[in-house]
Amino acid sequence: MSKKVAFLQGNEAAAHGAIYAGCTFFAGYPITPSTEIAEVCSVELPKVGGKFIQMEDEIGAMSAVLGASLAGAKALTATSGPGLSLKQEIIGYGCIAEIPVVIIDIMRGGPSTGMPTGPSQSDIMAAKWGTHGDHPAICLVPASVQEIFDETVRAFNLAEKYRTPVMVMPDEIVGHMRERIVFPEPGEIPVIDRTAPSVPPEKYKPYDTSFGDIPPLAAFGSGYKFHVTGLNKMEDGFPTTKAPIVQAEEERQVRKVEANKADIMKWEEYMVDDAEIVVVAFGSTSRSARFAVNAAREQGIKAGLFRLITFWPFPEERMLEISKKVKAFITPEMNLGQCNGVVRGCIEGNAPVYGIYHVDGEPVNPEEILKKMKEVK
Amino acid sequence: MRYELRFSGAGGQGLITAGIIMAKAASIYEGIQAVQSQSYGPEARGGASKSEVIISDGPIDYPKVTKCDALLAMTQEACDKYSHDLKEGGVLLTDSEFVPRTPEGNFKRVAFPIMRTAKFDVGREIVANIVALGAMVALTGKVSKENAEKAVLASVPEAFLELNKKAFSMGYEKAMEAQK
Repeated sequence: MSKKVAFLQGNEAAAHGAIYAGCTFFAGYPITPSTEIAEVCSVELPKVGGKFIQMEDEIGAMSAVLGASLAGAKALTATSGPGLSLKQEIIGYGCIAEIPVVIIDIMRGGPSTGMPTGPSQSDIMAAKWGTHGDHPAICLVPASVQEIFDETVRAFNLAEKYRTPVMVMPDEIVGHMRERIVFPEPGEIPVIDRTAPSVPPEKYKPYDTSFGDIPPLAAFGSGYKFHVTGLNKMEDGFPTTKAPIVQAEEERQVRKVEANKADIMKWEEYMVDDAEIVVVAFGSTSRSARFAVNAAREQGIKAGLFRLITFWPFPEERMLEISKKVKAFITPEMNLGQCNGVVRGCIEGNAPVYGIYHVDGEPVNPEEILKKMKEVK
Repeated sequence: MRYELRFSGAGGQGLITAGIIMAKAASIYEGIQAVQSQSYGPEARGGASKSEVIISDGPIDYPKVTKCDALLAMTQEACDKYSHDLKEGGVLLTDSEFVPRTPEGNFKRVAFPIMRTAKFDVGREIVANIVALGAMVALTGKVSKENAEKAVLASVPEAFLELNKKAFSMGYEKAMEAQK
């Protein structure tokens, strides 16, 4: 049987990816340039027995997906910059209460209302530090329509596996562009479900670390009763200020992602082996970068591309390794140097890191990258 | 080979749809690769709007136009704004009634009254984008007339199949004539 093929927009592919992963609940508040995700969910979710709710605002939407997830559903919300800012308090709640959900943020110009229809990559640091306090952060940055589908599935898998909110952050160009997509058959991409409790309800504790760093999560309505709060909590879910418990719990919450970095990180190296100049890029700018790398190689410049597919956790160790062999890094990005700073932070000054920054709503043109390569060569 | 097209005009004229159909014709029906992207202002109607399509027999990295091979401009504003990177030897299609001034340069110019053709020859102004698409298919030769027509018919509401079919062939023929 031949596979189902379609010509789809990135946002549409995201919604289909979510449903493939088993998502049965969407709550959101429409915002350009993410609205098509809500549109497709409103049409497709009822067909699989799911629910779509347009909430009164972004905060309500984020709260609704946490609630749905606690009731056992795989839940999704989608937004863009201003909506992401509003959701941040509740994202932190999801982190501390350890609730698996997926947040798709289609990046547009900011801060504030910024440029609603203009592309951007300026929410990358907000994915890690947008909500206050120390917390785990997983952020995926797909670069094509097919990859949006695949990475949305992976986002649900990681959320379920590590019991934490996961963000998918395509820039507006990737979210709005259209390409051919081949739908995987059911079962072709693994779909992970959260671990259910193995103990009876009366013995269940929602943060019982005797099961490891990621305690099983029971579904409300299935007979298991437990307390959920945004306060620092004990293993039974009730608040505590006992220093050793708070310290240990905070450390565990961050550790469950940090200790499993190898499983979560994903990147692609293109002609990096012998490269003197390595471009570090993600999303649509990685496509400009690949174009520039090909053009550079034709002109005898030894350039390579390090394409991030997972942005957080960041591949610090690999970046440090590469930095020992290269003359320079270039980070083309649609912000004022957010990725540049992260690269600098992990390479111990081994090589200069040049930036090409756009916050004018224009993509980074391959020509600009090529020009910079010639300058630094 | 990478081939770059840009469909431009005023917001609401359906140029994004025209671009999507061209890309769909290439990637689904012709079996080569295509990427469509768009850029638009906050206005629902009016303002300059563009839709870009890259067609290639190999993988497409950069999804936007670098040097435009073929440009459609339905309005003077779009022509002024989007014709700067038209390639030498490329093609410029304009609506002769709405674009009195075309830029200097060594490329093929084709002009006919696209909106008027839609309104009077096809019968509805709303299909001007499909008239323009038919003309772009004829002028660029990157997808076959048959495959493009299949993509048109797969993309429009059922009640308007005949209207769009007529618009598409009318545009195709007008461009062939205008080229002579």
